[in-house]
Amino acid sequence: MKNKAKNAINYIIFAGITTMVFLTVVIIPFLYGVYLTLTDWNGIEATKKYVGIRNYISILNDSTFLYSFTLTLKYVFFSVLFINLIAFSLAYLLTSGIKGQNVFRIALFTPNLIGGIVLGFIWQFIFNNTLPYIGQKIGLGLISNSWLASPQKAFWALVIVTVWQYSGYMMMIYIAGLVGIPQDIIEASTIDGAGQLTRITRIILPLLAPSFTVSVFLSLQRSFMVYDLNLALTKGGPFRSTELVSMHVYSEAFLSQNYGSGQAKAIILFITVAIITSIQVYLSKKAEVEA
Amino acid sequence: MSKKVYKDYIKFFIVLLISLLYILPFIAVIINSFKTTNDIMANPLSLPTKFSISNYIKAAEKMTYLRGFLNTLIITFFSIGGIVVFSAMTAYLFVRKKWKLNRLVFSLMIASMIIPFQAIMIPLVKIYGTLNLLNNMWTLIYMYWGFGAAFAVFMYHGFIKGIPYELEEAAYVEGATEFQTFWKVVFPLLKPVTTTIVILDGLWIWNDFLLPSLILISAEKRTLQLSTFYFYGTYTADYGLAMAALILTITPIIVVYLILQKNIINGILKGAIK
Repeated sequence: MKNKAKNAINYIIFAGITTMVFLTVVIIPFLYGVYLTLTDWNGIEATKKYVGIRNYISILNDSTFLYSFTLTLKYVFFSVLFINLIAFSLAYLLTSGIKGQNVFRIALFTPNLIGGIVLGFIWQFIFNNTLPYIGQKIGLGLISNSWLASPQKAFWALVIVTVWQYSGYMMMIYIAGLVGIPQDIIEASTIDGAGQLTRITRIILPLLAPSFTVSVFLSLQRSFMVYDLNLALTKGGPFRSTELVSMHVYSEAFLSQNYGSGQAKAIILFITVAIITSIQVYLSKKAEVEA
Repeated sequence: MSKKVYKDYIKFFIVLLISLLYILPFIAVIINSFKTTNDIMANPLSLPTKFSISNYIKAAEKMTYLRGFLNTLIITFFSIGGIVVFSAMTAYLFVRKKWKLNRLVFSLMIASMIIPFQAIMIPLVKIYGTLNLLNNMWTLIYMYWGFGAAFAVFMYHGFIKGIPYELEEAAYVEGATEFQTFWKVVFPLLKPVTTTIVILDGLWIWNDFLLPSLILISAEKRTLQLSTFYFYGTYTADYGLAMAALILTITPIIVVYLILQKNIINGILKGAIK
């Protein structure tokens, strides 16, 4: 009995605050949020009526949400693809012993130091002013008008800035992986006559699978959540054409005061991210091999 | 041999070119931050004709830069401090005592890491609003402790597992309590993880926008990210001023990065492998 009391005191001293904060900031709001999706609450009135899964059903008929959701999937796909292609290539080049590779690593990582709001505004200026100026001077039609004024191009502007923002970070993950590959394996393959391409596809890529798992997971998660970059770069415009899910949920809840359905959309986002990232982690774990 | 040198030159120039692409947007903003709006509209590529910091002075004043900077500093400092102290202790207990409760809370934390912030923000604002706790820097700090806990406990947990128990036994023999043993013997050994957590959480909290925008309502409580956002919205037509504001916002973190780049890069590389 005395032991039990001692254990309880120990728990409170060492883990009491963390447990309390974690429960009150993450778990309780999350569970309460799931409950909210089953009500018709508008956030102001004290009463809320239980409506079952009506919020979820009405989402299926909500064309702006479905548009935003599909757009997000497309945005995530291209962002994750290009982030990882570029990050891997950069990491490969920057571990091959070229001059000044540390300086390059520092430079390429810079965008990650800065918040999405500022990055968005910087690129807004580039897309609205600098590129059109260059385009008009040299007569390049593609950039002589602001990309942010056309729905199609504004989407690609978002992808470009996202790739620019995160590829330096993911490059670090691949560098960490590449540095960890035992040199003797590489040497052995060279002696066995493997060319550069065989070496990459047969040895380096399989051994680098853990880095791919982490990097793809992180880039998936971050691009699904993107909000501040979206807000600063395009504000979801023109005409809500670049409104990604996160921004859509924000406006549904806080601007249109539809808390129940806003929260239901957030839960749909959660389920989507959970399913996609679990499949991704499962598949890439399966591809991992031991050195 | 010469073929390899030739190849290295090509690689070097490719990387140089890409690195320039990563840096040029910043250069463009710096150059234009010294110009007047008319000069920027006429030619956003030209160098400033005269060096004047008047844009900076005016921008700093209008966005109440110093206050935003101090607010951000306080919030980041206490958020990271709490995350490090509480998470390290929690992880230590979880590694050393295999109680059922410990295993339950730990698994709950791991599972919670896939919950996106968007799935929590609406109830969070509603709950803390009802309790009248919004518009308070300490509420925000408290929330960062909560959102930062899972990852930090996870990182510390992984590291503490590798520390041999014999080190602590010696302290117990000399009559130290568990609390003393943790702080005197174990915590100093956790420095590499602590560095990584401080860097990753520091970047996150310093640059965060959505959570502070929901919690901090009045203008004098704004963080740098929030002041930049509101300032930019108001002065969007005055490009010179707006550019200066952006540079002011990114300067502190760039300065820290240039001083500590080795530690920061190493911290991120370590966090990457986890």
